[in-house]
Amino acid sequence: MMNKRIGEVILSFENISLSFGGVKALTRIGFDVREHEIRAIIGPNGAGKSSMLNVINGVYHPQEGEIVFRGKSRRGMNTYESAKSGIARTFQNIALFKGMSVLDNIMTGRNLKMRSNFLLDALYWGPAQREEIAHRRKVEEIIDFLEIQHIRKTPVGRLAYGLQKRVELGRALAAEPSILLLDEPMAGMNVEEKQDMCRFILDVNDQLGTTIILIEHDMGVVMDISDRVVVLDYGKKIADGTPDEVRANQDVIDAYLGVAH
Amino acid sequence: MFYREAGQFKATYAEDNRIFPIRQDRIVFAFIIIFAFLGVPLLASIGLVSNYTFTAILTPFLIFSLAALGLNILTGYAGQLSLGTAAFMAVGAFASYNFMLRIEGMPILVAFMLGGLCAAGVGIVFGLPSLRIRGFYLAAATLATQFFIVWCLTKIGWFTNYSSSGVISAQKIAILGYTFESSMSKYLFVLSVVSVMALLAKNMVRSNIGRSWMAIRDMDMAAEVIGFRPMRTKLMAFAVSSFYCGVSGALFAYAYLGTVEPEGFNLDLSFRILFMVIIGGLGSILGSFLGSAFIVLLPIVLSITIQFLEHSIGLNLPSGIGSSIELMAFGSLIIFFLIVEPHGLARLWQIGKEKLRLWPFPH
Amino acid sequence: MQFFFEVLIAGLLSGVMYSLVALGYVLIYKASGVFNFAQGAMVFFAALTAVGLHDLGLSLWLAVPLTMVAMIALGLVTERVVLRPLVAQAEITLFMATIGLTFFIEGLAQAIWGASVRGLELGIADVPLDWLLDHANMAISQFDLIAAGIAAVLVAALAIFFSKTKIGRALRAVADDHQAALSVGIPLHHIWGVVWAVAGFVALVAGLLWGARNGVQFALTFVALKALPVLILGGFTSVPGAIVGGLIIGASEKLAEVYIPPLLQTLFDTQMNLGGIEGWFPYVLALLFLLVRPEGLFGERIIRRI
Ligand SMILES: Nc1ncnc2c1ncn2[C@@H]1O[C@H](COP(=O)(O)OP(=O)(O)O)[C@@H](O)[C@H]1O
Ligand SMILES: [Mg+2]
Repeated sequence: MMNKRIGEVILSFENISLSFGGVKALTRIGFDVREHEIRAIIGPNGAGKSSMLNVINGVYHPQEGEIVFRGKSRRGMNTYESAKSGIARTFQNIALFKGMSVLDNIMTGRNLKMRSNFLLDALYWGPAQREEIAHRRKVEEIIDFLEIQHIRKTPVGRLAYGLQKRVELGRALAAEPSILLLDEPMAGMNVEEKQDMCRFILDVNDQLGTTIILIEHDMGVVMDISDRVVVLDYGKKIADGTPDEVRANQDVIDAYLGVAH
Repeated sequence: MFYREAGQFKATYAEDNRIFPIRQDRIVFAFIIIFAFLGVPLLASIGLVSNYTFTAILTPFLIFSLAALGLNILTGYAGQLSLGTAAFMAVGAFASYNFMLRIEGMPILVAFMLGGLCAAGVGIVFGLPSLRIRGFYLAAATLATQFFIVWCLTKIGWFTNYSSSGVISAQKIAILGYTFESSMSKYLFVLSVVSVMALLAKNMVRSNIGRSWMAIRDMDMAAEVIGFRPMRTKLMAFAVSSFYCGVSGALFAYAYLGTVEPEGFNLDLSFRILFMVIIGGLGSILGSFLGSAFIVLLPIVLSITIQFLEHSIGLNLPSGIGSSIELMAFGSLIIFFLIVEPHGLARLWQIGKEKLRLWPFPH
Repeated sequence: MQFFFEVLIAGLLSGVMYSLVALGYVLIYKASGVFNFAQGAMVFFAALTAVGLHDLGLSLWLAVPLTMVAMIALGLVTERVVLRPLVAQAEITLFMATIGLTFFIEGLAQAIWGASVRGLELGIADVPLDWLLDHANMAISQFDLIAAGIAAVLVAALAIFFSKTKIGRALRAVADDHQAALSVGIPLHHIWGVVWAVAGFVALVAGLLWGARNGVQFALTFVALKALPVLILGGFTSVPGAIVGGLIIGASEKLAEVYIPPLLQTLFDTQMNLGGIEGWFPYVLALLFLLVRPEGLFGERIIRRI
């Protein structure tokens, strides 16, 4: 079994509400995330899971509520700040840069760590070249870790779905994030691919201590790998706790069996 | 058989990161450069390359390549469609002219640089809408650049030094006492400037800034989420792109036309450069050159064909038919390339190379 | 004040004609999601073909229907050869393809009919309307009034066509969701064919009106280009937007042309000739407008999803 040291709360939400026109995507959501844990968010389609991730890294701005991140309380996040402070993510519908190679896609993940400016880039000389190579080395480590050496120069548009998901994980890992948000990383994969992906997620969590917030539909996987689970339904939180607690919760059972509220 | 990378192992990332990782490519490229700088002048000295070739083909080809390169940075790499390329060229040309005119002892290369910087500034201002709008909304907005800039240059006399016809005569190109007068020397001058700028562009697109452009182009939300700042990235693309177009405009005035009026930088020129980029290959430095060669050569080939038809078969085509056919040819080629090969001639070239790599055993 | 109204009304009248051109764009955009840059070239092609046939000795009553046939053919061929192979491509690719189409159509028109300017006489004199001159002392062109009237009728007819007829409703369904439309059995290609034909018809009317006013010449394509700022103001998907946008652009460019140069001249104390502002004013106005309201007056704001 894993031997993790789950730490303090580093991210917490209070009364987060978000709506689009008339659609209420999130209603007064509150939960917290501890350092080094794997925190799952589950719920039926349209429950607001992806919206929650979008709130965390500043793509959506909640109309109400408060986010406390590393002790600082704020109304909403912004994309640049959250990237800068070590939050990286993958997307439900793959959002790779289709025209670029696998290598370049993963290199983009390191952009915030690059110091050189465009003039040095244009000369591609001295510090700029050294920096490029240093980052390339780091990216190659990630490529090795994800076992995608053979496709490093392939344009991502030509890859199979499962591999694209893996590259997207690579791009997020390249930022060396402290919090990693994964939106259905195993959707549409076969059993073998799922196993690989699970292994990668656990390894990242275990070896690098990365905190992971995971959205996943495969209950087996969720119950297996997550430390705590929060359940959303119609934008509301209906349960929160360890996998065992959640499994036993009557509301969750109802939501999943489609009982009318 | 000879085009193989077998046996060429890359020991370091530096080697793998080279512009041409395959040795044969490096050799071909070196050959082209040497030929352009030494071979062409040699051939000219024994009369095999005429003045006409320099002034009507080679020099404009290089100058348009530079403009296409500029537009390709913006449209091909950063994904922001612009219909105002000629306006940025105009800014470069007229700014350089005024720097030369009004500042005593201004070195010409510095004037071109400053001209390019002025174009970059204008590019940033007119690039601002790109932060809020995309696609053809942006394209329509760039028409504002095109019409407004040309109007300003036409109506505000200061820009043309109050020339009554609105036409300016570019000063001579002189560096360290040497004046570039002959068509061949102008060609070499343009070739040097374009080579250096193409190299810089290639370096940019293969490093972080280039990746930021492509990221914004391919998936702007994801790019933002991983930390690229859309505003900075897009405006940078506008600035760099306009700088290239500006320098190209200056060369257009100084090394190609000699005398030029604002109307010379009209919407038609903007479209022509867009066509070079589409036909040559969006998002390819090589493509900018191929597209430019294509668009420069096509009218010449067409008019020769028409002349030939008229003389040999005695076909009597109405005058002006050449330019109509040219328009139709441009139009159908654009459509053809967008449907069949959106990455243009550059991609065809690459496919050709892949074939060659496998030759003679295609599998 | 008199003069102000004269300028304003002349501007509004030409604005109606901009609306007409803009409507051609909106039609195709609504039905197929294609921003057809070639609409302007279609206006030019239609006008030149009608005049060309007329100059060959055909009466206008014959030349115009024949041109209509040509426009329908052009629309169908375009749909088949350009749009169908590009279906599901990025919007911007389609847009660039229609730029190619623009050049092709312009070249084709000139290859067939030559590049010289042709006059077109519709039998309506471009003189000030006497009644207004007498009663209000305003010089408003009779031609402009009638042309705007025709355009207004056409615009209204199209609006009704869209909202009331079966095919119009099918069109809207297609615009909202291609897949869904297909699945309930709306024949997409058929619809697109109809739309291109209607757009061709609109182009023909616009071409005749503009052509009779300014002569049938290449410059018509620049008039048509002004429909772009109209669309930016009005929103690319809105018929009322096209109308209001056209009026705003028409009126403001005329007012700008008349009032801005003297203003600038006094401001900078020069005697420079600053005419020709109407050449860029609509575009700059649209650009400024975009900064404030990117979705246009009537377009809806969308929150991008990921
Ligand atoms: N950008 C948006 N614009 C409008 N509605 C949205 C947007 N994003 C999400 N929604 C709505 O919010 C609700 C929750 O969506 P989402 O967070 O994607 O759910 P989940 O990921 O749990 O399936 C849905 O009703 C969805 O339609
Ligand atoms: Mg989701």
